[in-house]
Amino acid sequence: MTELARLTAIAKSFGGVRALRGVDFDLQSGEVHALIGENGAGKSTLMRVLGGEMPPSSGGIRIDGKTTELHGPRAARAHGIAIIHQELALAPDLSVAENIFLGELSGVISWSALRRRAAELIASLGFDIDPARRVSSLAVAHQQVVEIAKALSRKVKIIVFDEPTAVLSAQDAERLHEIIGRLRAEGVGVVYISHRLEEILSISDRVTVMKDGQVVATKPAAELTIDAMIRMMVGRPMAALFPEKGPRTIGEERLAVRDLQAGRLVRGVTFSVRAGEIVGLGGLVGSGRTEVARVIFGADPLESGAILLDGKEAKMRSPKDAVRAGVCLVPEDRKGQGVVLDAPIRINATMARLSAVVNRFGFVRQALERKLVGDLAGSLKLKASRIDAPVSTLSGGNQQKVVLAKWFHAGGNVIILDEPTRGVDVGAKSEIYGIVLKLAEAGKAVLVISSEHQELFGLCDRILVMGEGQLRGELKPPDYSEERLLSLAISGSTLHQKAA
Amino acid sequence: MTTISERAAQSGRRFDFGTLLNRFGTLGIFVVLVVVASLWSPSFLTQSNLLNVLRQVASSAGVMAVGMLFVILTRGIDLSVGSVAALGCVLTAYFISFSGHSVPTTILLVILSGALCGAVTGGFVAYLKLPSFVMSLAMMAIARGLSLIFSAGRPISIGDGGQALADFGSGYLLGIPQPAIVMFAIFLVGGVVLNFTSFGRIITAIGSNEEAVRLSGIAVPRYILSVYVISGALAAVAGIISTSRTGVGSAQVGVGAELNVIAAVVIGGASLMGGRGGVINTLLGALVMGIIANIMNLAGVPGYDQQVYMGLIIVVAMLIQYGAGSLKR
Repeated sequence: MTELARLTAIAKSFGGVRALRGVDFDLQSGEVHALIGENGAGKSTLMRVLGGEMPPSSGGIRIDGKTTELHGPRAARAHGIAIIHQELALAPDLSVAENIFLGELSGVISWSALRRRAAELIASLGFDIDPARRVSSLAVAHQQVVEIAKALSRKVKIIVFDEPTAVLSAQDAERLHEIIGRLRAEGVGVVYISHRLEEILSISDRVTVMKDGQVVATKPAAELTIDAMIRMMVGRPMAALFPEKGPRTIGEERLAVRDLQAGRLVRGVTFSVRAGEIVGLGGLVGSGRTEVARVIFGADPLESGAILLDGKEAKMRSPKDAVRAGVCLVPEDRKGQGVVLDAPIRINATMARLSAVVNRFGFVRQALERKLVGDLAGSLKLKASRIDAPVSTLSGGNQQKVVLAKWFHAGGNVIILDEPTRGVDVGAKSEIYGIVLKLAEAGKAVLVISSEHQELFGLCDRILVMGEGQLRGELKPPDYSEERLLSLAISGSTLHQKAA
Repeated sequence: MTTISERAAQSGRRFDFGTLLNRFGTLGIFVVLVVVASLWSPSFLTQSNLLNVLRQVASSAGVMAVGMLFVILTRGIDLSVGSVAALGCVLTAYFISFSGHSVPTTILLVILSGALCGAVTGGFVAYLKLPSFVMSLAMMAIARGLSLIFSAGRPISIGDGGQALADFGSGYLLGIPQPAIVMFAIFLVGGVVLNFTSFGRIITAIGSNEEAVRLSGIAVPRYILSVYVISGALAAVAGIISTSRTGVGSAQVGVGAELNVIAAVVIGGASLMGGRGGVINTLLGALVMGIIANIMNLAGVPGYDQQVYMGLIIVVAMLIQYGAGSLKR
């Protein structure tokens, strides 16, 4: 075994956020080195540094024992480094063969030779895909095979798989593992990122656990258990960000959903939220949490199942129906879906219920609107120079408060918050928690989706855990622990059975 | 730490130059052009010439520019306005001289026809999410074809039945050509709708971030449909004005007018990416287009050369708007 790559004390900051803080990582030839950690731990960022996709803020990279600077993905490719991203980087309208050899297409192309070489490459991976087919017509698993074939069309020494099996069936995952085994035998170094801890144990030689941009430990897989890995991935006390939970009266069922079905990520979801209750929806990114919220809000179509508001069935054909019925959604993608960045705070804040500030001829009553929005901004501690300032000039936390102001103005009884504090600084975070608590105290039913486990623990009366589009279980306060939440999310069974 | 207010102050200062250009850039272009034109040709600033410019603008880009502005605000484009104006022009003469309708009935019917054209384009754009560029291109062909069919390829005279209309087209009110008054009225209403009603606010917001508007519980397609209906109706009004000025309905009216209208809106500082644009600046943009054409006529620039200059002047205007940031995104 020789050392293929060594990353030393890699740091990377985005603005004020330190995504990587002095990470050491090395890869030997002929090994599978797994990289695990929670969402946002810095795994993908680290691999993007290795792939030349972003320069590190500081730290050293040695490839084949020589100190190297990777200027861009082309430089990384020249060193034999290939990355298979979670979101596949294929040209959907081109054929399989064209995609595989995209980087070397130039001059006059012999299509027959290209297709033959593509077919050979795919066959060597143990698959049979027509090289002339358009990539968009392939199933995701086969698209992944094309992506791998593309990586292997050149000399590869290091290959990184970023959550390759998240979209694969068990059978396809098995075949992928065979391919990885073969690459390892040929002396290629494989970095494998996954949330599926069982497969990590079965295919990898070493495991590196990351948390908050740092390496917790690098250990031989043989010395690890799933339990031990989960323990290393979690466990950090969070400052007292959460407001004191006062006594609240929990009332009748405000929101109930029965056997919701919609697409791949909402498969038979049933739960309910009572008035005054804060319910968390946990699970990994891509487990279907956001999709459930969007279906309830009418943003995506429901295939079957029922949504009940205050005991009465409600049809959500569009967000308009949902808003009318008193359902509010603070979406995950604040800038893309929550606010109109170019528009002033005032216009954003009244958008969900313009009728309240419009006279019967359709004219906006500006004085009334100013007063209403001014009052809202005051009560939410929205920090802005004036309420006519464009939302784009606000910080993330204050932008989120604009979204909250919008729903305060609309005045619904069911509030769904999807990653309410993502990209929000600590101070504003704490204020947003206070606002959420106040909503519950006012008798609203609150559903909080979050990838930050401490946020769910600090805020929620109980937590529903999702995985692969289904509810995997429920946690209640004495049983709150990251280990339990994560093991429910990953495997569907708790390690400590009493939590189930 | 007062970082928030500091940041606001900094961005405020940085903003200022861009905002200034954005708000007054079109006015600047307009003023410069007026000065240049009056120095170039002494007859530019005469009353009769200025009224001529107004009448010209009113029957070309002016009336249609408000509708186009609304469409562009929603991040769409309506290429059919020139053809719909021709259809309106032909139908006006057709209804009056062939069907024997009265002038008011005719005007109503023609505006409805234009609105219908807009509804077809807008319906596909709003509900099937088809690209507005292609849908309005199709409507451009359809409306032009229909106007040729109705006129059988020949100009239709409005005859005696249309005398009232012809009187309107050549008449003055308070010394201003009546078509220009119609245009100003449309701009006034457009400005009020855009700035003071929920409709204006929502179409602007749709252009900035359609998804956020939809997720606020607003029925976005209805608004998108509406802007195309308005654009179609106003194109028909432009057609009526054209008939009233010349006394004939011709299918050759408004060829290439869509480009002048779009140019007027964009010189007016509206962003083709949606969400940014104003009515006053659009009026100035339309006047700029009219003045450019007028100066070149006065200066005796040959017709073929005029088009080249027109293109070059649009490029310069665009560069100024680019500096204002309204074309960047």
